[in-house]
Amino acid sequence: IITRTHRRKWQIFPGRNRFYCNGRVMMARQTGVFYLTLVLIMVTSGLFFAFDCPFLASNLTPAIPVIGGVLFVFVLGMLFRASFSDPGVLPRATPDEAADLERQIDGANGPSGPGYRPPPRIREVVINGQTVKLKYCFTCKIFRPPRASHCSLCDNCVERFDHHCPWVGNCVGKRNYRFFYLFVLSLSFLTVFIFAFVITHVILRSNRTGFLSALKDSPVVVCFFSVWSIMGLSGFHTYLISSNQTTNEDIKGSWSTKRAKDNYNPYSYGNILTNCCAALCGILDNLFISSSSLPFLLFSSFSSISLLPPPSLSFLLHLSPSSSLPSISLPFLLFSPSSSLPCLLSSSSSLPPGAAGSLVVRICRSATEQGS
Amino acid sequence: MATEFHNLQELRHSASLANKVFLQRDYSEGTTCRFQTKFPSELESRIERTLFEDTVKTLNNYYAEAEKMGGQSYLEGCLACATAYLIFLCMETRYEKVLKKIGRYIQEQNEKIYAPRGLLITDPIERGMRVIEISIYEDRGSSGSCSGSSSTSGSSAR
Repeated sequence: IITRTHRRKWQIFPGRNRFYCNGRVMMARQTGVFYLTLVLIMVTSGLFFAFDCPFLASNLTPAIPVIGGVLFVFVLGMLFRASFSDPGVLPRATPDEAADLERQIDGANGPSGPGYRPPPRIREVVINGQTVKLKYCFTCKIFRPPRASHCSLCDNCVERFDHHCPWVGNCVGKRNYRFFYLFVLSLSFLTVFIFAFVITHVILRSNRTGFLSALKDSPVVVCFFSVWSIMGLSGFHTYLISSNQTTNEDIKGSWSTKRAKDNYNPYSYGNILTNCCAALCGILDNLFISSSSLPFLLFSSFSSISLLPPPSLSFLLHLSPSSSLPSISLPFLLFSPSSSLPCLLSSSSSLPPGAAGSLVVRICRSATEQGS
Repeated sequence: MATEFHNLQELRHSASLANKVFLQRDYSEGTTCRFQTKFPSELESRIERTLFEDTVKTLNNYYAEAEKMGGQSYLEGCLACATAYLIFLCMETRYEKVLKKIGRYIQEQNEKIYAPRGLLITDPIERGMRVIEISIYEDRGSSGSCSGSSSTSGSSAR
């Protein structure tokens, strides 16, 4: 408002991001896992459309490839939207703002001598009768709003921080949570759809031409496991949405009654329908960093992929109690059992038990808070 | 008022920035956008309390209206989801419309009320909706030694 700088905001953005297309696309240095997600979705769907659809369209109904196509386009659209959107990054404090906050904090704490580290800076606020602590972020030099968290991978504070998802290559936060959720939901529909019709294809074919039953067994078993995982993830997020919690809050047990007897979630609206509407149909707000004239192109906040074993989502612990490294397998291990296509996985019954495990990857990660 | 500025351009050319006041967010009603209406002490000699409170209350009302969840926002959300969010290529969300309204309101307030008093409100969207930044300007013709001090002592004695 006061002065117009010649440098765009994305050019001086302090987080760990790279920009393309004149600031319209924001990515991190390493986006390998996102490309893997993309390739796997496309390869699986491509195989389905190429090898199963002609048979199904001619023998059952042509609606099958059409519905599959619509689902596929929707899945990709939501994936791009979730990946390329700004998750709700809070801009860092300007120097004046930071100085003003420091003055306020020093005023509250009293003067301190050299070498004395002041106590952690916390502000308390009462929301709906529940006391919430707002922590001071040393990197961004702001008091984080309620439900915000600092992502150490992206080096940004993100509003309504859910988790950092390497598959989508972005933080999932206020602005892109609905895209992430719709991506996971539509992906589960797509995988179930593909899975069901691949089985139908195999059954119909084996009725006619007596297909080798070996081809039925192992890929289908692996596919079944994958589909369950993605469906589990969408079920978990449906639960989170209906109770208006974030993954971060659920893992920490912020509103669990185990912490305090009268603990409750102050952000919940009381009924499931309102919570769902708020999460999915609520505001989709503007970006502070937007330099594009195209309002629908938002910015991604990809990040470098951490190789450390991530803390798992709580539901994974419920689903896979035996594993010490709970993980979600990809739904992309769907292989068309058509005879003209070599199976990507060995179709023999000597599939080693660890093969499924080696193909299983961690799908989501909740980034640890920084700066507390 | 001690310092007189007749419009925003004059403010920028003949004034120097003395101080900035930051109005923080009020989270007592949850994560919806609301700013604290506490009157900062640095502005005491600059602007009447009622005018200031009116501005902040109007802004809070605008933000509440923007974030209101009602039939229209649900309809918009469902329609957007059904069209895979492509509808936003042609349509502006209700929130964006209200944000524009807020931008115009702040501009108008600056021109009519704040600039003549040597103050300037920065749109909170420029600061990520964290603070309302009010810049306090001093006339360059006044004593330069008071440039960093608060406005009460900075008013020039002519």
